[in-house]
Amino acid sequence: MADSMAQVSRSRDLDKLLLRHGHLVGPNFEPGPDLRDDLREYASVLVVGAGGLGCELLKDLALSGFRNLEVIDMDRIEVSNLNRQFLFRLGDVGKPKAEVAAKRVMERVAGVNIVPHFCRIEDKELDFYNDFSIIVLGLDSIEARSYINTVACGFLGPLIPHRVRLKRHMTTWQALRPKYNSDDNPREETIKPMVDGGTEGFKGHVRVIVPGVTPCFECTIWLFPPQVKFPLCTLAETPRTAAHCIEYAHLIKWDEVHSGKTFDPDNPEHMQWVYSEAVKRAELFGIPGVTYSLTQGVVKNIIPAIASTNAIISAACALETLKIASACSKTLSNYLTYNGVEGLHTKVTEFVKDKDCLVCGPGVLMEMATLVTLREFISLLEDHPKLLLSRASVTHRGKNLYMQAPPVLEEMTRSNLDLPLFDLMDKVPKDVVHVTGTTSKSDKKASSLRKLRIVFKGVDGVTDMDTAGGA
Amino acid sequence: MIRLFKVKEKQRAENTHGTTGVKKQSAGELRLHKDIGELNLPKTCSIAFPNGKDDLMNFEVTIRPDEGYYVGGTFIFSFQVPPVYPHEPPKVKCKTKVYHPNIDLEGNVCLNILREDWKPVLNVNTIIYGLFHLFTQPNYEDPLNHDAAAVLRDNPKMFESNVRRAMVGGYVGQTLFPRCL
Repeated sequence: MADSMAQVSRSRDLDKLLLRHGHLVGPNFEPGPDLRDDLREYASVLVVGAGGLGCELLKDLALSGFRNLEVIDMDRIEVSNLNRQFLFRLGDVGKPKAEVAAKRVMERVAGVNIVPHFCRIEDKELDFYNDFSIIVLGLDSIEARSYINTVACGFLGPLIPHRVRLKRHMTTWQALRPKYNSDDNPREETIKPMVDGGTEGFKGHVRVIVPGVTPCFECTIWLFPPQVKFPLCTLAETPRTAAHCIEYAHLIKWDEVHSGKTFDPDNPEHMQWVYSEAVKRAELFGIPGVTYSLTQGVVKNIIPAIASTNAIISAACALETLKIASACSKTLSNYLTYNGVEGLHTKVTEFVKDKDCLVCGPGVLMEMATLVTLREFISLLEDHPKLLLSRASVTHRGKNLYMQAPPVLEEMTRSNLDLPLFDLMDKVPKDVVHVTGTTSKSDKKASSLRKLRIVFKGVDGVTDMDTAGGA
Repeated sequence: MIRLFKVKEKQRAENTHGTTGVKKQSAGELRLHKDIGELNLPKTCSIAFPNGKDDLMNFEVTIRPDEGYYVGGTFIFSFQVPPVYPHEPPKVKCKTKVYHPNIDLEGNVCLNILREDWKPVLNVNTIIYGLFHLFTQPNYEDPLNHDAAAVLRDNPKMFESNVRRAMVGGYVGQTLFPRCL
């Protein structure tokens, strides 16, 4: 009897999804033990964030059969994390979250390998992100999500190939293969899927982002409402709420007393100072309700976190990751919102991609001869049927090649006009540039910002990085 | 997608990849590039880029009002554009110490579109016009400098002379203002 119990596969639940066909499976689903083994061996997932969502995600993904996981988080464990970041204990306070989380999950799930990274997401090379099959986000800010989104969607763009050692049977034309096919659809192997989760109190969301197919983070950034900001004069003259008093101390009084020193929300002494100033102010105006925890909440924009919300959202994220990797079911399409304030409500909305998105859009393809000057390029844009862009300013990878305005920048960039565009773009065979200018459709002038994919004719796709041998 | 991952894994073992790309510009930087390229400033306002033509996120705007209480003065504002622009407004501070009901002595500026009324459809041009407006029409109803606002409301003649004294370089009350003419 004990033997037959021991025979039950550890991945019994996973087997139900992976070993047999179904009616709701995704395209190209091939059930079988090979699929289960391939998931273990070939799928590598990066979890960004090892906090409320990150801890749950690591557990869920490890238990879902993934064996190659990595986690990145720049923070250390604090006492306030312990109510929900269950991988951490009181004795872990002060240690890096990524390292402790990785260690704890590896202790409990046999066979999983988790590599922790204790650093900022911006500190990693782009290649680091490209090595993963899927990236799962457990982040807490728009800025961080926007960064990862730009990185992941950036892999859709044209490659800058260095010397590529090819296997014997792969001919050079494969290395030159464009990143987009002729229909402006991205090549499948450059797509880096992401699953983005977020929580705030009793609410949360999960979204599946397949760059080039579903809307990316930037396509739908307009969904975010502006942050609540109080007028400075209210803070200075006519406070009415405890939050006004706190923000007065934080934004106005701090600079008056500590001019030059930046306020650090993670420094408890700074926070204590703001709290005591806020209390004084509140007493002056007879406003109740200033507490230390409210001070932290207002200054750091914190909403109290609830363990169950994180668990629900992470579970959905892990499931979507499993679906993407195995095709065992159709993925969520594409934005799920969850609200547990009163009862339980979820809804999935299918947002559409913005075809002119600056981050994930294909842009307009333009083929150029290498001798074309910047001046000639700019005048070409006026007549290009898809653009009709006049008075264009051009920027390439953060370098402003030419600015039409303001006068000081126009002067600084005027000398570039007679140089070849190819040289100004550091002689890469193909790359993305952005142009801004005015379009006039049926006599109505509108300003326009467009992404262009420039491909230079007659340039060898493989650039030799060492000078020996030549191009 | 598992088949794709297997193929990529095999490709990676065979190829030596260089970097797949260098840093991309964020959407915020691109939107800022558009705003700057379309700047249409009146002759009373000028812009400078202390970090060169490739850093558009940090710049300075100089305003020289040609009418009103502050005519003849030169006022410098620093702009710091956040990476999530235009979701968040640029951070603007006044670098010139000025006697003004809506600008305090630390350089904080009380302009609604910089904080509670900011919308992503606004841009750098609208902010600069808003700042210019502060000098041509100072407003005692949204005060950051309580005393200046009170003087403007109760005694405009005295306000005018206080402003002039501050601009040539002198004391108003206990505060010394450096010359900005």
